[in-house]
Amino acid sequence: MKSEPTFKGILYLSAASTIFLLAGLFFTLLRHSLPSLKAFGFGMFYRSVWNPVSGDFGAFPFIVGTLFTAFLALAFCTPFALAISLLLGEYWRGTTWSGILQTLIEVPAGIPSVIYGFWGLFLVVPLIRSLESKLHVAPYGVGIFTASVILSIMIIPYAASLMIETIKLVPYDLKEAAYSLGATRVEVIRNVVLPYARSGVFAGILLALGRALGETMAVTMVIGNSNFIPKSIFAPANTMASIIANEFTEASDPLHLSSLIEVGVLLFFLTMVINMIGKAIIRRTVSGAYG
Amino acid sequence: MVDNGVSFRIFKDNLFKWSLVLVSFLATVPLFLILFYVAKNGISSFSWTFITHLPKPPGEAGGGILNGIVGTLLLIGWSSLLSIPLGITLGLYLSEFREGFFSYWVRLCIDVLQGTPSVVIGIVAYAWIVITMGGFSLFSGGVALSLIMVPMIVKATEETLKLIPSALKEASLALGVSYSKTIFKVIIPSGLSGIVTGILLGVARVAGETAPLLFTAFGNPFVNWNPLKPVSALPILIFNYASSPFPEWHQLAWGASLFLVTIVLLLNAVSRVVIRKWKVQF
Repeated sequence: MKSEPTFKGILYLSAASTIFLLAGLFFTLLRHSLPSLKAFGFGMFYRSVWNPVSGDFGAFPFIVGTLFTAFLALAFCTPFALAISLLLGEYWRGTTWSGILQTLIEVPAGIPSVIYGFWGLFLVVPLIRSLESKLHVAPYGVGIFTASVILSIMIIPYAASLMIETIKLVPYDLKEAAYSLGATRVEVIRNVVLPYARSGVFAGILLALGRALGETMAVTMVIGNSNFIPKSIFAPANTMASIIANEFTEASDPLHLSSLIEVGVLLFFLTMVINMIGKAIIRRTVSGAYG
Repeated sequence: MVDNGVSFRIFKDNLFKWSLVLVSFLATVPLFLILFYVAKNGISSFSWTFITHLPKPPGEAGGGILNGIVGTLLLIGWSSLLSIPLGITLGLYLSEFREGFFSYWVRLCIDVLQGTPSVVIGIVAYAWIVITMGGFSLFSGGVALSLIMVPMIVKATEETLKLIPSALKEASLALGVSYSKTIFKVIIPSGLSGIVTGILLGVARVAGETAPLLFTAFGNPFVNWNPLKPVSALPILIFNYASSPFPEWHQLAWGASLFLVTIVLLLNAVSRVVIRKWKVQF
């Protein structure tokens, strides 16, 4: 029986180590971004010069680029995710078709992001370039629009999976009450299902946003890598993640490296806050549905 | 008398349904396009030499991706070594002590770690290992990937072990079996399928991770087994060759993509079979 305290001790120790791990992660990020915090203060977040040669760093163009690409990707992905989740959670619930569609939706989540980038570079970029020359804008091919299109394809599975679950949670008696009053299915969906599942749908969109903000490789490969504030949605730009991926290994100047790490800290806090809000909404929705 | 409003409403209902079907299947088109493109461009470079030789310099056709394959396998090995024991112990802890102040914080930390962008994980591994040990290395890549794997294994373990009825545990304890033996001989074997699934999905995920490896494992044109030296990996190789201007290297990258996609999708498929065949049910 002597091994019992040891065994429980190991369990507690591993649990404590997680908290130390995360505290260490926070501390490391903050400590390494200190030189740039000292040099630029909060100017990092609103100054728009990023010049590694003169050693002047302001991350505003990347913040704009990140928000632009992420929200554009959300706008593209939401109608698709919503349609899929209505089919899987309401119309085709439990049928063979739903199994097939479910698989087709889940497989893309497993494909590595670098493959999306490579594919995008050789198929989507030329397509967008011809679209741009038809619209009479500068035909770069790469840029915010291209990155958002690829990003939206990548985040559909994340948005849809949560929406399906919440749409399935809508109680039958509510739906049946509406049917018995003579409502058609689309009317039930508009007036009962969607209002009831509203917060879950919103949480799904938030979690997809969290993914979109942090997505690196696919975006880096097709966004065009420009360090200026994008002038239009077709312009080349950089996101916070892509500037880190591009310049981190080349940064020989300590201030440059530290500025990149500060961008990373901002990205970390941004995704953390969005994920936490999303998870809090899920927790409330689920407990509301059962309790 | 039925008025015209009803047939219009029924028409609207049908229209809505079929537009949902149309939009949903439209959303699956990119998947087929990706698989088709990768297969079409990758299949031609596939041969025995492709997986047993090193890449050739630009301008020369042929060559292989041996350095990437070995690197990816080594990185998976190191990250599994670091993350599986910690992940299972943590999952066990969270399923045994579900409530309480400490569990709440541990769960929160795991959630935060899971949501952290992989490029930020790369920065942390760089600061912890690369700066301390003075250079890019296989080991630092393994650490970065294990930080991504741990939350996945914890979640899978916790969710599965929670499903095991407490009567099972109590029966074992009532027979006088010690707590640790109960865990190892009753709880973990009953939930093994879920744990294995979590590990497989974790491996599939890190096999395709690129961003954190750029500043840890870094890449290497040769095969390297030394944990203290830089190492290549399939995703790094694809990224570098895809962004190069040489068509021969693009060809290598397509071949490597086909190889990687096949492995990752196979792992995902196997994990589905494991879930279905050895589901935890009582």
